[in-house]
Amino acid sequence: PEEEAEEEEEEHLFTSVPQFCNSPTMIVMVGLPARGKTYISKKLTRYLNWIGVPTKMFNVGQYRREAVKIYKNFEFFKPDNEEAMRIRKACAAAALKDVTAYFTKEQGQVAVFDATNTTRERRAIIISFAKEKGYKVFFVESICDDPEIIAENIRQVKFGSPDYVDRDIDEAMEDFIQRIDCYRASYMPIDDERDRKLSYIKIFDVGNRYLVNQVQDHIQSRIVYYLMNIHVTPRSIYLSRHGESELNLLGRIGGDSGLSPRGQKYANALATFIKGQNIRDLKVWTSHMKRTIQTAEALGVQYEQWKALNEIDAGVCEEMTYEEIQENYPEEFALRDQDKYRYRYPKGESYEDLVHRLEPVIMELERQENVLVICHQAIMRCLLAYFLDKPADELPYLRCPLHTVLKLTPIAYGCKVESFFLNIEAVNTHRERPVNVDINRNPEEALQTVPDHI
Amino acid sequence: MTNCPTLIVTVGLPARGKTYISKKLTRYLNWIGVPTREFNVGQYRREFVKIYKSFEFFRPDNEEGLKIRRQCASAALNDVRQYLTEEQGQVAVFDATNTTRERRETIIQFAEQNGFKVFFVESVCEDPDVIQENIVQVKLGSPDYTNCNTEEAVEDFMKRIKCYENSYETLDEVLDRDLSYIKIMDVGQRYLVNRVLDHIQSRIVYYLMNIHITPRSIYLCRHGESELNVKGRIGGDSGLTPRGKEFAKNDLKVWTSQMKRTIQTAEALDVPYEQWKVLNEIDAGVCEEMMYEEIQENYPLEFALRDQDKYRYRYPKGESYEDLVQRLEPVIMELERQENVLVICHQAVMRCLLAYFLDKTAEELPYLKCPLHTVLKLTPVAYGCKVESISLNVDAVNTHRERPENVEVSRMSEEALLTVPAHQ
Repeated sequence: PEEEAEEEEEEHLFTSVPQFCNSPTMIVMVGLPARGKTYISKKLTRYLNWIGVPTKMFNVGQYRREAVKIYKNFEFFKPDNEEAMRIRKACAAAALKDVTAYFTKEQGQVAVFDATNTTRERRAIIISFAKEKGYKVFFVESICDDPEIIAENIRQVKFGSPDYVDRDIDEAMEDFIQRIDCYRASYMPIDDERDRKLSYIKIFDVGNRYLVNQVQDHIQSRIVYYLMNIHVTPRSIYLSRHGESELNLLGRIGGDSGLSPRGQKYANALATFIKGQNIRDLKVWTSHMKRTIQTAEALGVQYEQWKALNEIDAGVCEEMTYEEIQENYPEEFALRDQDKYRYRYPKGESYEDLVHRLEPVIMELERQENVLVICHQAIMRCLLAYFLDKPADELPYLRCPLHTVLKLTPIAYGCKVESFFLNIEAVNTHRERPVNVDINRNPEEALQTVPDHI
Repeated sequence: MTNCPTLIVTVGLPARGKTYISKKLTRYLNWIGVPTREFNVGQYRREFVKIYKSFEFFRPDNEEGLKIRRQCASAALNDVRQYLTEEQGQVAVFDATNTTRERRETIIQFAEQNGFKVFFVESVCEDPDVIQENIVQVKLGSPDYTNCNTEEAVEDFMKRIKCYENSYETLDEVLDRDLSYIKIMDVGQRYLVNRVLDHIQSRIVYYLMNIHITPRSIYLCRHGESELNVKGRIGGDSGLTPRGKEFAKNDLKVWTSQMKRTIQTAEALDVPYEQWKVLNEIDAGVCEEMMYEEIQENYPLEFALRDQDKYRYRYPKGESYEDLVQRLEPVIMELERQENVLVICHQAVMRCLLAYFLDKTAEELPYLKCPLHTVLKLTPVAYGCKVESISLNVDAVNTHRERPENVEVSRMSEEALLTVPAHQ
């Protein structure tokens, strides 16, 4: 009886992460065009949202494109172009206004203000604004003079920009270079002496070197750690589940069973597939559970086991079928359907808990280059949500079928996904959210979306 | 975590916190499971030159002194090599001033010859208050100054620092751009980080950027004794509350797990608190909620295996102490960032946290005494941690089970249950 009382109270009151921030934080990018500010902004925003810190990005360039429907050429950015200057200032102001709305009306905690912010004057305006509103400010400056990196940057993201949609490549490149020059003369980097009271990180040459000043709090410390671990070296991340397991066949969740005969076939097929991909220096990671280890064994290469990659702990529902869960815990079953992300199995975990324990895995994936992660359905959903920027309500319903490898390759501001089904049949383990999630629904309604099994 | 062993090399004038950082870093790395040892060249010098006379030993024109110091550095490096190649060490912290490029070059070559990665940690500080406080905290108590009065010691030490100043070559952004290092400026106001090569260096940088030296105390305690009755009352609340209110005056953060008994304990304090799932008690898997007698009856084999290696043993479908340490690492990192904190947790969790602060080994950790109704107040002092045990004068059951003599799988029930504490 005490158990049940405990369970009821524990309900949905807690998050699995402590509160990080009190005042909202503005992250302010600084740097010439083509220094990776938007790349960093988008990536950081994606990471913070994934770990549960509501974050939004405000790209002043976007505001400018709204205000000035057609981009003619670099002359818009000339420092003596008064008309343009007025428009650009107005755009920055509009963006700041939206930042305030995000913090005060949308419960945002972090706003990433993505613009060049290359003059002290502009930065002073932002600092004033933040001080007045009680926001913390953390600057992220990207400094790079390597012409190759800049050219590659322009190729990867600028050519595809709405600004250059009707230009040929050489024209676009030339125009963009002159655009950068417009900023160069008035560019004042953050000054280590004069700005020593500001909180900032300077990133030199895409991460070769960092200068970190006056980190104020936990979230800034996490941001610094994250920024110091990401890189832009081309590589791919392969995500796969273990081969079909004995318990999969029976429609049972969790447990620690071995591979079914088809699962073993998959393991062999995976080995062949990986060899065929000719991947340089591939790292292979598994969980501590038999089914992922058995899958990795077929590859005949070294692999690392991470306990953090273990499947979600279904607590009292471990090794049950959905039918049995409905029979024994109909209320829990309904509650889970109501909020699959936050719902925690009694004596088990929630997807939200999973994200928390997977954070070191993500951090290490960011550090690494080519990696194959052999894991489990819920785990793979969490990892995929991180890479593809899926929100919490979509995450638990992402499709991660057995016997399918997903190859993720970072490109431009996002991630290319290629899906490889290795042609070995397997059961379907994906249960869609049923229409009726009410506690008083009848069993048929609850079990409507359960996939077939033995 | 690491393939080649790593040599961490401190750099900096005397009284810049190099030994403080070395010891703390070593403690942290060992706790998270990376075998690490520090090698303090000053120690070697004290072994060699039994009696310290004065700062003159450190004068740059003291040929005899220089020779001895070079020998000491070599001896230390030799021991480093032995530790990393023959004793399964993964990280060695080479704690010395290393203030000249020449000396650092010697070390780099040594590392190259032996296949070690090198990571420099330089501490730069010109704040006279900080340096003064440093000298007072750790130098006055040094074996070098046992027979001096405070004024004499401070004066001598200042002259000692001067001996190094002229030849000090700080890590240079240009000249040393190919080295891996972190430069810590003004006790953490600013950091310069260059060429982080791998995971362990990244973790070291993150750790160094989160520690601080602002005076504070950390209070560790378990939840109040829980009685398994229908009403779910907790004994011991009245004991904690008056004390608790006293603590709460000092800008104290209160953390609990997400288990009822720690939350109820915090509720009794009537202060805001933060819940961490990772502070939950060790998951005993199939043995959850059993008494030791029941474990012996149902899982005698597991019971014996646990006694054989309590740190690494993982309950079937549960966790090990080793797993606990891994999940507690973010708590430790946040504790380092914070100031005054009261952590209300559980026996196994408290043992892990205590082991971190008191530098206890994996063998000792699962047997640390963390009785109910006792608050441990930890205050960083000099190179370590002062511990004050505050008993709340409320009776409670004893939950501490010592390692029994016989840990053999074939042992008898009585032998297994010999050390089980009394209970109802």
